[in-house]
Amino acid sequence: MISKRTGGWLSFILVNGALAIMVLLWTVPTFGLFISSFRPKEEILTTGWWTVFPHKEWVKVEELRAKDLNLDTKGEMTIAGVTGTFKEFREGIETPDGKRVKWIGNRRLGRIEIQEYKWTVNWNFTLENYRQVLMGKEIEIKKPDGSVEVIPGENFIGSFLNSVAVAIPSTVIPILIAAFAAYGFAWMQFSGKRLFFILVVALLVVPLQIALVPILRDYAKLNINGTFLAIWLAHTGFGLPLAVYLLFNYISTLPRETLESAFIDGASHFTVFTRLVLPLSVPALASFAIFQFLWVWNDYLVALIFLGGNKENQVLTMHLANLVGSRGNDWHLLTAGAFVTMLLPLIIFFSLQRYFIRGLLAGSVKG
Amino acid sequence: MSFFQEAHEEMGPGKRLIIFILRLMLMIATPLIAFAVLYAGFLFLRAGDAPKWVITLVAVVWGVGGVAALYWIFNWILEQFPDRWRSRLLPFLFVGPALAILAWYLAFPVARTFYISLFNKNGPAPENFVGLANYVAVFTDRLMREAFRNNIFFWMLMGVPLTVGFGLVVAALADRSQYERTAKALIFLPMAISFVGAGVIWNFVYEARPADAPQIGLLNAIVVALGGQPRAWPAYTGIAPFNNVFLVVILIWLQVGFAMVIFSAAIKGIPDEIIEAARVDGATELQIFFKIMIPYISTTIITVTTTITIFTLKVFDVVWVMTGGQYGTEVIATQFYRQSFVARNAGYGSAIAIVLLIAVIPVMIYNLRQFREQRGFK
Repeated sequence: MISKRTGGWLSFILVNGALAIMVLLWTVPTFGLFISSFRPKEEILTTGWWTVFPHKEWVKVEELRAKDLNLDTKGEMTIAGVTGTFKEFREGIETPDGKRVKWIGNRRLGRIEIQEYKWTVNWNFTLENYRQVLMGKEIEIKKPDGSVEVIPGENFIGSFLNSVAVAIPSTVIPILIAAFAAYGFAWMQFSGKRLFFILVVALLVVPLQIALVPILRDYAKLNINGTFLAIWLAHTGFGLPLAVYLLFNYISTLPRETLESAFIDGASHFTVFTRLVLPLSVPALASFAIFQFLWVWNDYLVALIFLGGNKENQVLTMHLANLVGSRGNDWHLLTAGAFVTMLLPLIIFFSLQRYFIRGLLAGSVKG
Repeated sequence: MSFFQEAHEEMGPGKRLIIFILRLMLMIATPLIAFAVLYAGFLFLRAGDAPKWVITLVAVVWGVGGVAALYWIFNWILEQFPDRWRSRLLPFLFVGPALAILAWYLAFPVARTFYISLFNKNGPAPENFVGLANYVAVFTDRLMREAFRNNIFFWMLMGVPLTVGFGLVVAALADRSQYERTAKALIFLPMAISFVGAGVIWNFVYEARPADAPQIGLLNAIVVALGGQPRAWPAYTGIAPFNNVFLVVILIWLQVGFAMVIFSAAIKGIPDEIIEAARVDGATELQIFFKIMIPYISTTIITVTTTITIFTLKVFDVVWVMTGGQYGTEVIATQFYRQSFVARNAGYGSAIAIVLLIAVIPVMIYNLRQFREQRGFK
């Protein structure tokens, strides 16, 4: 059997080939960053990450010091059997036997490399980048000439913990509040029920931008700007319409008989909710939880506005974005920092993919 | 059992009153104590002098436990009331908090933001009233016009069809490939990455080095290998406004996985017989794709298109991190942020937010209609 539904070898190759190209295109950017995060600082800045694959390159086989050779750099010189001007040597001159002579550096102090063009790989990997972004200490590097370079580190562990402190309550609180509300809408009678639920549906697509200015003013009055409570409540507010909507869709379809028999046995609404409805709704709760967790974890705008003034509480996305702004050329920090930021979402993604997808399928209406 | 009833049994009126008062005090004291404990927790967190991991742990326990405790306490209080009262009040314990938060965070802000948008940057006061002048500015200001252009022509008219199109193609291809699960997981993976993280990933792809140095960004390495000039593409104004395309690419990269997953589920729902019958009748694979699959899942296509359109309307992080809105890449949401929180011109920023809201109103009406048709409400 060739495949599930195809006919013929041609379509087999076309389908799998085209898909392979798409997968490659989609994977390469992340893969490149991932590889780079393990490469030493200098190498990230001077060679492409793809040089970790076998490739042909001029490789140094011998080195001469320009000073030792007593050369007249103004005119033509002869080095290792080839003749040329300084400019030509800077570009590299090939010898008849396939080698290349190349001048590296300036006229007086430079060195001359004799290179060969051969297959090679750049397999210099290190965990130094991760150590720098995680440890947050200044790191001193002794250079060969004896001087010491001090590199300020980045404390991503602190931001990681902040992200946890923001994301877990921002996920659980809206679920709890929404589950209570969904139960109320589904199994209780009260006036205005229909109108209130229409409000929930209407609010599904309201852009959160609409709320930022007024809420920030309220927070300033309450003096809670920059606190975890402020951002939990904000994420709760922005996540609630979807949470209520999704959980209502689920909870309202629970078997009526199960609940009614519990009521006949004298159980209160609260007992039925905590003992019966919550456990029965775990699939829906999990789907929404993953959706909301990733949403909060990856959020930048809400964090920027409600935590922006408090550097102590800054979350990972803010930290990484600051790093892009302030140290955009420190690729060794950016690459490792980006992967620290992605670590938890990727773990959740790979371990709970099915719930995640179900959450997305249901949550595609979020505004 | 509620103590109002309980207290009637075999007691003198004096004793009954004392018990009643004691219990009433307990009812009032419990939530007060709970609030005091929660407030202490809040102060501890705001002070933040403990080690980081302690704060994190307290924050999680306090935040999650606090909300659960409040529900529990208020339910306990309600249980002390007579039945008639309880059944009237209980729905508000269940639904009330959600409605209060929705009102505070989404419903009232619509009106409040509109109100703020009628005033100049000095805030709501009679002498600062400017009427609809902010809205006039929103549609005439040079940067806003640029933002509308980018949002409409690049993010919406280019980003959305390409995302939906790629999503469809990948879903259809994966459905008949030999490695469906792996392919889908890999294309879906960017969905788990934040826009900021994606910004770093793509900055690295676009990174430009001087022409004579080795390139470290993949795109420029390819460009140079083909004989071109290395450029910092999203910031390269020589091709303006098409440098926006390089930002839209990031959105496509992030969102195709989403479209694919939903289309894939829909395609799996097409009965095999229909496709087999078409094949027996001699339809080619392309005909099956265009004449059977696409019409069959057209509702899903509309949903996904709407979702991604709303998403592109509010796109912010990726532009903010990649270019900060410079080089002609401003979008509505970056303008909103800049005006509201950088330039501190809340009136103008609020007008932008209201325009965003108006743009999604058709979707809101559609959702409400769907809701009414599907289930109404008993």
